[in-house]
Amino acid sequence: MEVLAGIVAAASPLVYATIGETISEKAGVINLSLDGTILLSAMTAFAAASVSGSVVVGFAAAVAVSMTASAIVAFSSIRLRLNQIAVGFVLFILGRQLANFLGNSYVGVSGPKVPAWDVPLLSDVPWIGEILFTHNVSVYGSYIVVGLAYWFIYRTRPGLELQGVGERPEAAFARGIAVNRLRYLYTLVGGGLVGVAGAAVSLDQIAGWRENLTTNLGWIALAFVIFGGWHPLRVAAACYLYRGLLFVAGQFQETFGDFLQVLTQLPFLLMILMITLINTEWFKRLGDRYPRWRNFLASSAPAGSGSVFVRE
Amino acid sequence: MSRLSRMKAPLISIALALAATVGLLLVVDAPPIEALGQLWDGSLGRLEKIPDTLITWSPLVLASAGLIVTFQAGMWNIGVEGQIIAGAIGAALVVRELTMPAVVVIPIAFVVGTAFGSAWAVVPGWLRTRFGVHEIFSGVALTFLAGSVAVYLIIGPWSRAGIASTSGTDPFPTEYWLPTVGDYSWVAIALALISVAVVFVLMRGTRYGLRLKAVGRNEFSAFLMGVRTKRYMLSSFAICGALAGVAGTVQALGFHHKLVPAVSGGYGFLAILVVLLAGFRALWTPAIALFFAAVLVGSTQLSLRLNIDSDLAGVIQGVLVLAILVVGGWQARHARHTARQGEEA
Amino acid sequence: MALELRDIHKHYGPVRANDGVTLTFQPGELHGLLGENGAGKSTLMKVISGFIEADSGEVAIDGTPIDLRSPADAITAGIGMLHQDPLVFLPFTVLDNFLAGSGGGVRLDRKEGAARLEEAARRYGFTFDPHTLARNLTVGERQQLEIARLLWLGARVLILDEPTTGISASQREKLFEVLRRLAEDGMIVIFVSHKLEEIEQLCDRVTVMRHGRVVGDAVMPVPAHQLVQLMFGDITTTPGRLPAALGDIAVRLAGVTVTERLVTVSELDLEVREAEVLGLAGLEGSGQRTLLQACAGLIPPRRGSLTIGGRAMAGSGYREFRAAGVHYLPAGRLEEGLVRGMSLAEHFELTSDRTSFFVDWGTAAERADEGIRAYSIKGGAASTAESLSGGNQQRLLLAMMPGATRLLLLEHPTRGLDIESAEWVWNRLLERRASGTSIIFASADLDELLRYSDRVAVFFAGRVISVVETPSTTPDELGHLIGGRSGPA
Repeated sequence: MEVLAGIVAAASPLVYATIGETISEKAGVINLSLDGTILLSAMTAFAAASVSGSVVVGFAAAVAVSMTASAIVAFSSIRLRLNQIAVGFVLFILGRQLANFLGNSYVGVSGPKVPAWDVPLLSDVPWIGEILFTHNVSVYGSYIVVGLAYWFIYRTRPGLELQGVGERPEAAFARGIAVNRLRYLYTLVGGGLVGVAGAAVSLDQIAGWRENLTTNLGWIALAFVIFGGWHPLRVAAACYLYRGLLFVAGQFQETFGDFLQVLTQLPFLLMILMITLINTEWFKRLGDRYPRWRNFLASSAPAGSGSVFVRE
Repeated sequence: MSRLSRMKAPLISIALALAATVGLLLVVDAPPIEALGQLWDGSLGRLEKIPDTLITWSPLVLASAGLIVTFQAGMWNIGVEGQIIAGAIGAALVVRELTMPAVVVIPIAFVVGTAFGSAWAVVPGWLRTRFGVHEIFSGVALTFLAGSVAVYLIIGPWSRAGIASTSGTDPFPTEYWLPTVGDYSWVAIALALISVAVVFVLMRGTRYGLRLKAVGRNEFSAFLMGVRTKRYMLSSFAICGALAGVAGTVQALGFHHKLVPAVSGGYGFLAILVVLLAGFRALWTPAIALFFAAVLVGSTQLSLRLNIDSDLAGVIQGVLVLAILVVGGWQARHARHTARQGEEA
Repeated sequence: MALELRDIHKHYGPVRANDGVTLTFQPGELHGLLGENGAGKSTLMKVISGFIEADSGEVAIDGTPIDLRSPADAITAGIGMLHQDPLVFLPFTVLDNFLAGSGGGVRLDRKEGAARLEEAARRYGFTFDPHTLARNLTVGERQQLEIARLLWLGARVLILDEPTTGISASQREKLFEVLRRLAEDGMIVIFVSHKLEEIEQLCDRVTVMRHGRVVGDAVMPVPAHQLVQLMFGDITTTPGRLPAALGDIAVRLAGVTVTERLVTVSELDLEVREAEVLGLAGLEGSGQRTLLQACAGLIPPRRGSLTIGGRAMAGSGYREFRAAGVHYLPAGRLEEGLVRGMSLAEHFELTSDRTSFFVDWGTAAERADEGIRAYSIKGGAASTAESLSGGNQQRLLLAMMPGATRLLLLEHPTRGLDIESAEWVWNRLLERRASGTSIIFASADLDELLRYSDRVAVFFAGRVISVVETPSTTPDELGHLIGGRSGPA
């Protein structure tokens, strides 16, 4: 029971990051700076929280930073028509270096943590109560975010429009939807969640700061967004499964030993496998025979991803 | 665009980078002017520091030269960082297993390192040409994989006797270290210069480079002209990987003298910045790489003397490239607007 | 409630897509807009629907000018447009497509939406399964969905842009029924097409456009030959061409079925002889490009056989076709034939026979200069491809052709060229013909087709409906065939 609880808690930052990136990519903007932005947000959160003594301030600061980074990506891509990849990559490096540089004086310092808080009533429920409801607000937030994202995207009108913007910008435009404005909006929303992810690491999961605290979290998130087919529930499931897998592998430390290293690469290998498979003829024919499976497994990227929507 | 307006973008970017740097220094309570002075002093300002700068410069140039090739093919070979690591692993393998004279072993180490790097690059290249998997993701994945393999070797089969730490393997036998003249690692420097020259000639003066350029700019037109586009794309990865492998060998044999987890030192990613800043021009890369290397090396002095974290180097580099991109984009947008207004007039 | 267009101008660079268009659409009328490709019909409709902004001019409803800066404005004004390729979201269900972009609260009540969809469907006689994915609908069904949606949003003006391309005959009949009923209900229906027969069948009034201008506006019925003349302009009788001696069969297609994206050419039998010039006529998307690409080896036929010079090309790729002497010049000069950012010297060098590893740029520039002189290209060896005008880009493409060719495949070889350049291009092509090369070319210019071809194959909806001998065909007849009629007026 404790084990499952631990997995759920440990996965929460990854969940925030993947859901945030899913929203951004659904709108058609790929934020390649994710890994650097998360690190910078984590540092900012810790620094702000240490200085102010308040965890809330920490989270707020992290969100401000990550939203700024996303704003730069969106602006460069939409207004300046720069290559999303180039700008995203540079911001990745910049974010990472900035975080390590400014965070130097906070290494080894102990700072505030998100206080534990059991949800009244729900935490007494046998089994589920202990797994899900005996953590803290940050972890609970991750559940809410998954549910909220799913509900918003698939059950609301603005969510439908979001999907439309990413899928076929000109069709959305023809329906009177303000394509670029929404792209900015959702990139910022997604960016905000990325900030929360960073704060969740430095103020909860691995409380504290050290260099490269959130190693590879951003890249893993990017991989899972693809692997989860841009669907909040599947993406979240991937995050939980991954942490579970890491735990299981950790148990067999003696047997696996150093081979453990390779396991941490699993997200990427899975993602590559996924993309590769989807593009083979074999898979396409299989999909024609079992369309339901195909719909489940192979959501394609929002077709308008990465493209610049320019009106003539 | 007139000469003057063409200078505007780089100048504004440099000014922005400078302003950002000074700003950051003030944030961490460091004296800006003194800090900048120390940066210079610690890298190129003093004679004894120049070899250090150059040994940092060499792998950076090698990787940049390689990236020029993949960029010419229109590819984003972000996996170059992993290819450097692969090269280092290959070189380490040779140097640990063979016991022949250095004049035989070192060249073999280079050959193997180059081969490893090239092979590591062909994977994302093949996934891209055969399955359409974007080379960024496969590149990142393979970079992490290479890093993991390195760590595995260091704490496992190649670990130091009795110590299973991640600080690195046993140092290589000194006769297999890259030879130096004084403190200058002339092999590394020579290879760097040669790589730039070779890539420049290859891209500008050969039919291969010409066809590669066509593929990178318009795959379909190139195909119609009879160019075997997939083959060219794949070969560009092989070449970049090879040069990255050389860089990795230089790192292993000429700098660290053992295999460490961070053997590539972030030079792969940094090389991407170098090439972006150089506007994909091969001949500009040595100078820009020198600047980047100077900042890197100088920043270690910064941390020693003024207790400023050496990551400042990366910040300066990042801000500079970002500024160039954004300012360049802004200028382009401005140009588009005035052109459109001119038409309507 | 009338829709008025006052002096609409829209240009793209030097091309005047709409050159001072003034027009009125009355309610209760099925108003046809007729014209060739490039006449400006689509641009005009995109302006009315807010998709693009005009450079100058006004759009007014009931005398009051309306501000049309985006599709949202148009929707508010009650103007709805059905695009030729219906702008639906392919991965969405029918229901979600119906609901996307409709006003309403944040909450999406799909049950209510489904009820509304059914009501809309019933009203116009459509049937929808709300849960099918739009991807799995036929073009005709997607159209119906869009129409239902636009009408549900309260459109008072319905614009249909080439709606009958790619739909079945029964779907077309149903569409016409719906349109007639809408007109009866007092809507303004604008039917944009290039198909004479349909305009005649459906419309109460017709406006003809050519080269961005309105050249005719009348109440139906209008004699068909008059419409053709308005569409294509006066065609001077062409001077006699020197007939060339035709050689052996160079290209043979038997029962070829081939698909390129959405267009399928079925069961095609065709033979072209050496030194023969075959023109491909028909409107965009009728199969000409598909045929040309199949003959170039870019798309393998799904069925049937293709032989070039007696050699069966089944299973061969583009490279083998090239080796067999086939050369393909696509329509998109800059997007598909030339490389943006590369100089003329580089282009010449790329397509030369030279195979040396090193490139001698000195001699390359010289050779480029030679080519530039020989083909009178206005540009230097160092000029980039995109800096050349359209005509010069075409000259460059011709200059890049290999020395000996068995078959030349050309898509719109003189599109956008002035008369002089066009004639010059054809002189060059005829030179090739004199040495035995076969030429197959697609064109929208009737004059060009009749002047230079030995025969013209007319395409319509993926089939060759007629192959005519040019000496005995009048421009009128050709125009009719292109418009879909298979007989004289």
